[in-house]
Amino acid sequence: MQEASLVLNKYEEDFDNLSSISPEWSSNLRNKAMDTFREIGFPVRRKGNEKWKYTNARPIANIEYSSAKFEEIDLDDIKLIAPWHESWINLLFVNGHYQETFPGSLSTNIQISNMASNDLVANLTSNVGGIMDYSDDGFAALNTAFMSDGPIITVPEGENSGIVINLIFFNQGLSDTVNYPRVLITTGGNSIVSVIENYVGGSGDQTFTNSVSEIYVGEDATVNHYRLMNETDDTYDVGYGRVRIDTNGAFNSRSFFRGCGIGRYDLNVSIEGENASCDLQGLYFTNDAQHMDNFINIDHVRPNCQSNLFYKGILAGRSRAVFGGTVLVRKEAQKTNSVQSDKNLILSPHAEVDSKPALFIYADDVKCAHGATAGNIDADTVFYMRSRGIDLEAASRLIIYGFAGEIIDKVEIPELRSYLAESFLTSLPSHKFEF
Amino acid sequence: MSNSQKLIEIKDLHVSVAETEILKGINLSIGLGEVHAIMGPNGSGKSTLANVIAGRPGYSVISGDIVYKGSSILEVAPEIRARAGIFLAFQYPVELPGVRTWQFLKAAIDAIRKGNGQEELKIRDFDKLLEEKRQLMEMDPDLVRRSVNEGFSGGEKKRNEILQLALLDPSLALLDETDSGLDIDALRIVSHGVNIFKSPEKAILIVTHYQRILDYITPDYVHVLVDGKIVRSGDSSLAMELEEKGYDWVKDTAGKEVTP
Repeated sequence: MQEASLVLNKYEEDFDNLSSISPEWSSNLRNKAMDTFREIGFPVRRKGNEKWKYTNARPIANIEYSSAKFEEIDLDDIKLIAPWHESWINLLFVNGHYQETFPGSLSTNIQISNMASNDLVANLTSNVGGIMDYSDDGFAALNTAFMSDGPIITVPEGENSGIVINLIFFNQGLSDTVNYPRVLITTGGNSIVSVIENYVGGSGDQTFTNSVSEIYVGEDATVNHYRLMNETDDTYDVGYGRVRIDTNGAFNSRSFFRGCGIGRYDLNVSIEGENASCDLQGLYFTNDAQHMDNFINIDHVRPNCQSNLFYKGILAGRSRAVFGGTVLVRKEAQKTNSVQSDKNLILSPHAEVDSKPALFIYADDVKCAHGATAGNIDADTVFYMRSRGIDLEAASRLIIYGFAGEIIDKVEIPELRSYLAESFLTSLPSHKFEF
Repeated sequence: MSNSQKLIEIKDLHVSVAETEILKGINLSIGLGEVHAIMGPNGSGKSTLANVIAGRPGYSVISGDIVYKGSSILEVAPEIRARAGIFLAFQYPVELPGVRTWQFLKAAIDAIRKGNGQEELKIRDFDKLLEEKRQLMEMDPDLVRRSVNEGFSGGEKKRNEILQLALLDPSLALLDETDSGLDIDALRIVSHGVNIFKSPEKAILIVTHYQRILDYITPDYVHVLVDGKIVRSGDSSLAMELEEKGYDWVKDTAGKEVTP
């Protein structure tokens, strides 16, 4: 117990320091969130806690992290580890702090502001914290208490220039530091926007990334959301995505996870308008002793909506993955059409996945399906390829690439798709199936 | 048969699967230019024979030998057999999600070429070759861009097998129940592909339950396999006779083996 309070003292010290420089508008929100964090702390108790049943948060709670400081980074180094294209709006955050990269002359009407700014108008800031409910979640409360720099992206009604906003959260790897990325995206009616969120780590020491993104999809609007997590083995990464979709809105999410000591992404999509849809697809790759937990909730509140949840995992080494997908269809949400599936390719006898797709239906006229698979490559598949002259190693590579390609191929931004094909696929281990 | 050069010789082959003996002493020689048909009732071991020749894991050869192009291949890996010219058209072609047909076939043809000391095929040359074979098999152009066999109909899968036969151009084609599940149009297309493949430098072994495909591809020899043994061999008229009289007839008259 004494140790635990010491750890919290460190957060208290940093909180006070941040409060002295934080903008006025956020102080109420931050103070309340800090109170919540003081009260509930980290979710280290797993017994009876379905949300954290398969992931141990104790290693994160046990370390005395201090807030990471800004250091200027050479852009060329960033371009080596994250997707980057000159036609995109690229915004770089180093250790949670904004580094001036963007010339500022937007060719679109999309408005991007920094949360750390003191002179933001109220209609920009009033939505911060409006979607993320941190009341029962220590990590989300912590992020909210410590938010400083972070983009507020406001897409006006009718905006459809096809612009790509590329957010890079670079964690430099300074020993025992924590960084708190925070994003807010709100879209007006009939608009379309694509946003890439990158969480990347430099080589280095033990660090912790604690992020929250809030996304509001307006009427008839489409948000294409990409999330790339590419941290180091020494990093713990707990991230949140909170999404609300209005009438006729569409939220398309493509998430890619690899390389992280303990990783968790908690994505919650609330479909609150009729004829709205979400399509959530993800690919996770774990190796060595890594741990990745995808915790996803889709809440069908209104009728005539669709959701598709499709994740795939590739597990090697002694790694462990968790997939918890829950689709809730409320009583009012008639004519819901929902499909959920999680498929895993297990490359090592020591790797393990806990896959738990769940469905709660309270409406009586719906079409829902869910399923999960985990397995090695079957012998017939490998023999089929070998019988065509392809050796074991090449066959395995084709199968693994093919497995991952099913998700990567659906990325609609060509530059990002080829980036993923190169960087993600080449990071997969060369593997030989034994038969 | 003695006039032609032997491509493959199967000598007193005994094979078991999970402790159960399936093939109980098969003797079969196939010469260059020849078409052989193995017919037999379900469970007789005819698919096992084709798969053992191709090297499918899971079968144990208890005794006997398979000599291909003059050497035993019992210890040879399936991909090496494929590079040496053995091709199995699968009874149940496997779906490869995410692996595009184009990519798969390019990998296969390059693996076989490299195994034979040739360079990889240039993409332009490969595309030309693939397009030629695709037209031969009257396949939808879209199929070669899709994942291998995924979402293909039964007939499309079988046509894809023969497309691969045409593309990879092996020495020995083993057709494992290629006719099963084919409608008459698909059977015609598949048979046409096999007949084009047929040449004095190649050999074909057709494994089938029904005589139907043999109306399109005329075998030089027909062997009847019952309970792991070849109980009768003859020319193509034997297939007709079987169609008329059924397998019970050969079972009753078993032992009257005629070696051509």
